[in-house]
Amino acid sequence: MSDGREPPTGEHRRAELVVAGAFVVSIVAALLLAVVYVVGGQPQLEGTFLGLALGGMGVGVAFWARCFMPSDEVTEERPELASSEDEVAAFTASFEAGEQTLARRGLLAKLGLGALGALGLAAVFPIRSLGPRPGAGLATTPFGGAGRLRLVDGEGHPIRPGDLARNQLLTAWPEGHVGAADAPTLLLQFDPGEFVPLPGREGWTVENVVAYSKLCTHTGCPVGLYQTELDLLLCPCHQSTFDVLHGAEPVFGPAARPLPQLPLDVDDQGFLIATADFSAPVGGGYWDRGRSS
Amino acid sequence: MGAGSTVHKATPLSRRTARWFDARLGAASFARKALDKVFPDHWSFLLGELALWSLIIVLATGVYLTFFFDASTEEVVYQGSYVPLQGVEMTKAYASALDLSFDVRAGLMMRQIHHWAANVYLATTVVHLMRIYFTGAFRRPRELNWLIGVAMLILSIVNGFVGYSLLDDQLSGTGLRIAYNIAISVPVGGTWLASLFFGGDFPGPDLIERLFVIHILLLPAVIVALVGAHLALVARQRHTQFPGPGRSERNVVGERVWPTFAAKGLAVFLLTTAILSALGGLAQINPVWLYGPYRPAEVSSASQPDWYMGWLDGALRLWPGWEIRAFGFELPTPFYPSVLLPGVTFTLLALWPFLEARFTKDRREHNLLDRPRSRPLRTAFGMSTLAFYTVLFFAGASDVLAATFQTSVNGLFRTFRILLLVAPPVAGFVTYRLCREMVRRDRPGASAEATAVAPAAPDDGAARRREVAPEDAPEHDPASTAGVARR
Repeated sequence: MSDGREPPTGEHRRAELVVAGAFVVSIVAALLLAVVYVVGGQPQLEGTFLGLALGGMGVGVAFWARCFMPSDEVTEERPELASSEDEVAAFTASFEAGEQTLARRGLLAKLGLGALGALGLAAVFPIRSLGPRPGAGLATTPFGGAGRLRLVDGEGHPIRPGDLARNQLLTAWPEGHVGAADAPTLLLQFDPGEFVPLPGREGWTVENVVAYSKLCTHTGCPVGLYQTELDLLLCPCHQSTFDVLHGAEPVFGPAARPLPQLPLDVDDQGFLIATADFSAPVGGGYWDRGRSS
Repeated sequence: MGAGSTVHKATPLSRRTARWFDARLGAASFARKALDKVFPDHWSFLLGELALWSLIIVLATGVYLTFFFDASTEEVVYQGSYVPLQGVEMTKAYASALDLSFDVRAGLMMRQIHHWAANVYLATTVVHLMRIYFTGAFRRPRELNWLIGVAMLILSIVNGFVGYSLLDDQLSGTGLRIAYNIAISVPVGGTWLASLFFGGDFPGPDLIERLFVIHILLLPAVIVALVGAHLALVARQRHTQFPGPGRSERNVVGERVWPTFAAKGLAVFLLTTAILSALGGLAQINPVWLYGPYRPAEVSSASQPDWYMGWLDGALRLWPGWEIRAFGFELPTPFYPSVLLPGVTFTLLALWPFLEARFTKDRREHNLLDRPRSRPLRTAFGMSTLAFYTVLFFAGASDVLAATFQTSVNGLFRTFRILLLVAPPVAGFVTYRLCREMVRRDRPGASAEATAVAPAAPDDGAARRREVAPEDAPEHDPASTAGVARR
């Protein structure tokens, strides 16, 4: 860009052609866009023609501005931002004049403010309606209910220990609660003798099957990746890793606690049941987790 | 009467319309001032403009999407034209997102333009923020506009996350579950916070409906109001400019708004929209139909947030499993990287103009921008901060990187943890030395030019109460003063 004078005629003519060409491209593309839409729509063509229609206009306007509009630099004084002493004094006088009329009825003004404050306080209470008191729901799952609930698969069918195979994960649920957000449970089979239960959980497995909460103790993602040769469960969200054969203790990544374990047994028909709720609240930690479990 | 009507006929309709309005508003002098406004020109001043245009496209496409999207957690059986999901149970929210993608003509393009524009809006916002930082444009009198900008950044990041969490696909549900766990990790009141926001335990009975109101009404209204204030302050205070011939702290040198600057702005708007439209049609983004409806027990590997959440995801991954437990209470791991870190980040960011003014003891008005090299300390600190968040950003993709480069995730974690501690000081040190070196090489020519073109002091100086920095700003820089002393 030079000094804002019109360029010589040859250049002038070329620039005019570019602008005209760009606008023509834009018109054609817009019409084609309309045709594509009427014929039934096609995302790639829609994007292309809409892009060309807008881009043509953009190029035309850009060249127009570049070649046929003044580009000379102008110098302007910056305004003084702060007000002058006189202006400040005049404002202060006006404000204080008003303020004095308020001060004369000081008690009334204070009462008025008090009314406003009380209403503001009262208006805070409806926030309480947004959700129930937290607590029990965080610490318990449907497994913790009255009965010894069966474990069922995603279709609701009960599971026998023999249905499981080594190196396979099965996601199970409490019977009647398939899909419950806090209850997904991992069932794994191990070979005899290789499983080392945590102290106090010796009787929690049945026929070489162990059950853990599927929810990561870091931020509650489903721990869905099973590294079979290492017997590690990996969370795909933040890569916390749990040792399946050692009480699902965390061995890598940001998780600080083992996956809660579910005490298992079989009922008289040979189906897997939970004898109690998980060993700890499932999912991520919270302030009073230790008190609610 | 006769003469009047002939004048009327000769006057074009646009003039008469303008007159009609002016008779009621008396806006001619204000409008003239707006047209005559002088705007300095530099390529880097385009960044904020790009953010503005992208935001307008986000808003326009977003309005269109609301006509079709049904923010409801009611369960339906999908019967639309995407065969792999036919007969699958899902929420109305997810089903309507599928309909929008497959059964509404041009719906997919609009959805994808919306998502692309949101990503570009936040990207240009962040680069614009860097420009403001590295050139010192946040200094007096522009601290207020810096604060408005930081507020917009935070709200826009939140609204971006809320936006892609609405569709109730597998990925968005996974993100919300993480958000829920972050909320309950807040000490003392965290579980209350989560319960009130989600309406109960995760997933909450009407979470999608709440997120929708937040996404399309609450946050956009605040963001648009802040944009208005942001631009009004630029108009009131005038734009900053780089030093140069004829440019001083007390003037603005550039093009007038009408017609050249306005035409260029229009061209940039059209070209931005053109590129975003082409992306929306040609480049797939957030293909929710591949993820399936949200199921609490499912997750796909390589679950990645949008780019502007990447640093938080990286921080969640890298922060070790340290949990403090005492007296039956605990401070869970996610609290530090996902509550404390963003809290500290945005607090320091917001306070930066005031911290720097305190540190440099420079409280004068600055309308001339710094070259980054002439403030080596500020530039070095900025680069080392960027290095920190860049490492976090890449750590957020550790699983994808491990899969792409066929390496172990565990090894990458260790590398990133070390880099997080090492990269910032190294980046800062290298930047500092580079700045000093560039200033040293610039000096002979630059100082001669500065003295040659420095304009005379304004003659009404006595009447002015404001303190304005002298024209040759770098002379207050400890580093360049040292450079002079050496010579």
